Amino acid sequence: MSFGPKLFLALMEGTVSAFVLALTALGLSIVFGVMRVVNVAHGEFFMLGAVLAWAFSSLIPDMPAAGFALALAGSPIIVGAIAVSADRLVLRRLNYGPEATIVATIGLLYIIQQIVLMTYGPDARPVQPPINFRIVFPWFGYSGYKLVVVAASAVLLAATWFVMMCTRLGLVMRATQFDRETAQAFGIPVDRVYSLTFALGAALACIAGVLIVPIQQAHYLMGLDPLLLSFIVVIVGGLGSLRGTVVAAFVIGISEGVISVFFSATLAKIIATLFVALVLIFRPAGLFGGKRS
Amino acid sequence: MNDPNMRRALLFHLGVVLLLFVLQFVLPAYHHTNFARIMVLACYAIGYNILVGYTGLMSLGHAMFFAAGLYGAGLTIHYFGLPAPVGFMLGILAGTGLAIAVGLVALRTSGVSFMIVTMMIAQACYLATLYFGSVTRGDEGIVLRPEARRGIFFSLPFDLSNPAIRFNLALILFAVCIFGALALVRSEFGRVLVAVRENEERTRLLGYDTNRYKLLALAASGAMAGAAGAMYVLLFSYFGSTFASIEYSILPLLWVLLGGAGTVVGPFVGTLLMFYIAEFSSEYTSAYKLVVGVVLVLLVLFFPKGIAGSLRERYAPWLP
Amino acid sequence: MAAVTLLTTQGLSRQFGGLNAVSNVDFTLQAGEIRAIIGPNGAGKTTLVSMICGRIAPTAGRIAFEGQDVTGLRDWQRVSRGIAYTFQITSIFQNLSCYDNVALAAQRQRHRHADLPHRVMDSLDRVGLASRSSAIAGTLSYGHQRLLEVAIGLALQPKLLILDEPTQGLAEDEIVGFCALVREIAANATVLLIEHNMQVVMELAHRITVMNNGSILAEGAPAEIRADCRVQAAYLGT
Repeated sequence: MSFGPKLFLALMEGTVSAFVLALTALGLSIVFGVMRVVNVAHGEFFMLGAVLAWAFSSLIPDMPAAGFALALAGSPIIVGAIAVSADRLVLRRLNYGPEATIVATIGLLYIIQQIVLMTYGPDARPVQPPINFRIVFPWFGYSGYKLVVVAASAVLLAATWFVMMCTRLGLVMRATQFDRETAQAFGIPVDRVYSLTFALGAALACIAGVLIVPIQQAHYLMGLDPLLLSFIVVIVGGLGSLRGTVVAAFVIGISEGVISVFFSATLAKIIATLFVALVLIFRPAGLFGGKRS
Repeated sequence: MNDPNMRRALLFHLGVVLLLFVLQFVLPAYHHTNFARIMVLACYAIGYNILVGYTGLMSLGHAMFFAAGLYGAGLTIHYFGLPAPVGFMLGILAGTGLAIAVGLVALRTSGVSFMIVTMMIAQACYLATLYFGSVTRGDEGIVLRPEARRGIFFSLPFDLSNPAIRFNLALILFAVCIFGALALVRSEFGRVLVAVRENEERTRLLGYDTNRYKLLALAASGAMAGAAGAMYVLLFSYFGSTFASIEYSILPLLWVLLGGAGTVVGPFVGTLLMFYIAEFSSEYTSAYKLVVGVVLVLLVLFFPKGIAGSLRERYAPWLP
Repeated sequence: MAAVTLLTTQGLSRQFGGLNAVSNVDFTLQAGEIRAIIGPNGAGKTTLVSMICGRIAPTAGRIAFEGQDVTGLRDWQRVSRGIAYTFQITSIFQNLSCYDNVALAAQRQRHRHADLPHRVMDSLDRVGLASRSSAIAGTLSYGHQRLLEVAIGLALQPKLLILDEPTQGLAEDEIVGFCALVREIAANATVLLIEHNMQVVMELAHRITVMNNGSILAEGAPAEIRADCRVQAAYLGT
């Protein structure tokens, strides 16, 4: 394939992963923004989405579309419930202290990952996409499902933005982010808002995992790369800025996709990780600034 | 006021070292090797504790310093045929040098940002060992040739595969690290590190350049981690990318938390205990890391002081 | 007694966003005096002394200490020059013993190292805390913690000791003891005192500087200040 079409392919691949990354990173960003907590287990919620999608689709083996729909509905509920329990049992007891929650969520990462290893096993398993069609370009054929992923992610991003900006729930969350004590004084049940926020963040990662699994495969270690990338996106975009997160997701997702196609994936990751370290050191508010106390 | 406590502390730590010395004559072969490994890894943990437990700077990237020692010694011995002691010194230099370089940039941040920055830089180092796989053989790793682990040191012949030599070299390094940490912690320098942890602004307003102290603590921590890494490759002859991965940054955190951050002997207790807990649970399930996760969560929830820390609070306030 | 100028500021200002916390302050301090800074809340007193000791950087202006420009020096460097600050909100090392708290300050003085315990106990003795030297600082009563702050300041052997609302929270008898302590300190050092307790101010201060809205409103001997009608209007009441 000559350069032009290869670039086109790289851009399309990059766009798909950028959308999925935006969803995942948004979950991490909302949790950090509202609760000021860094959730190292965030990637595991992504992985759980993928694994649960496999589980749901194997319940209805002949109708991939139905299984997939079931996964889209059911996985977020299950993962949300896990998130709420983690919040109630562990994070709340630590009073959301920054370093303690990082240690606790590292423990959570291991627990979730290893439980999946024990039940689902170490193999990578494919999941059938709900729709199977190919778009034929002059240079290559492209999986139509990937465009469905883009569309679905876009809808979800918009929906999340709507909830955060235009609903009472979103207002309450943003108020708690802004000033926890005043929110409490206004009668906002901060504890419940936190649980809900944590569940929302987990659900977003979970759905991203469900969407991506027909393209990748479900594997118990698949949460680590999205975690790292989400970290990078959230920090570069500015901790606490949702808009910054989404913008950074696209910049990083697309450039990572392009670099991976033309150079090596490992090199792309090295550049990305060093980049985020530099941003944190020299521009702690992120490249796009953000409200940080 | 400090002298009888200091004497008790010295005797206690001397007792620990002597106990380990005696153990080598009693332990069966399997545990003999385990203890050698544990002592070397405990040096890594002791170094980590200087930074986390005493200075209060939690790094999530210490694997890069351990790996610097590992690769610094391993690569030079394997490719350039350098004698083992020289490789060892190079490993320590690598660990210390990397720590200072990282410190000069990363110490502009603190708290959560510092954790993430160190994690990211360490991750980049890990990826670098994969990227330069033609030299490092990446995940597969390199095993040092037997001839490389034999030699003459000050006209004494040695063979590093000999279990007795292995154990005692590990013990010597361990003793150096334990007493080094003890001296550091009890010194005026150590007192300042604790002050930085407790209240950094106040410490600056007492006239201390806290950035310089933090850098020195990081350098000392990196030196110990590098020494542990270099000794590890000398004694156990294998090194690979896994040792640079994030898992090897989380392990010392786990060992220090379990054994007791802010105590000199705590990291050793944590390393010893966690090693055998992992051994024990891997007989029952391949998912033994589940135990690691559960222990971490329980520790941070209920026993933030760790074993030695809790014991010190209850029974032995003189324990440094 | 020849008056030696210890500290001068020129045009010192500090802005926070749109707020002028300190505007264009020219302030002079003579060696050996006890100077009190008074003024309503928000007048800029703590901001001014924070700039002098280096906690905050000024947005404009210069500071000279013992004739040398120290504006560019960081906070820890100014301590070496001889400026010590005790915090408005107690900022001792809560989890360390009183001894360790003071030792951290005393060990910086490069005298004979064997001398350290002696110098630590001496500082504690001067504030009356010698018997509590092994107590954990956080277990002390609030008043005693304030005294520990002063002991830490003393152990630094400063030329200029800045005390930020030191009597706040102290009982009557503790305040009396404190005033005696300050007079003792002033024999060897210059004392700059931010205070709201007017009795303490009138008793101790050689000169008073009154601040309001970020600027110096008036300056003079206690009797002059008490009679100044601008000061009365702004702060003291009639």
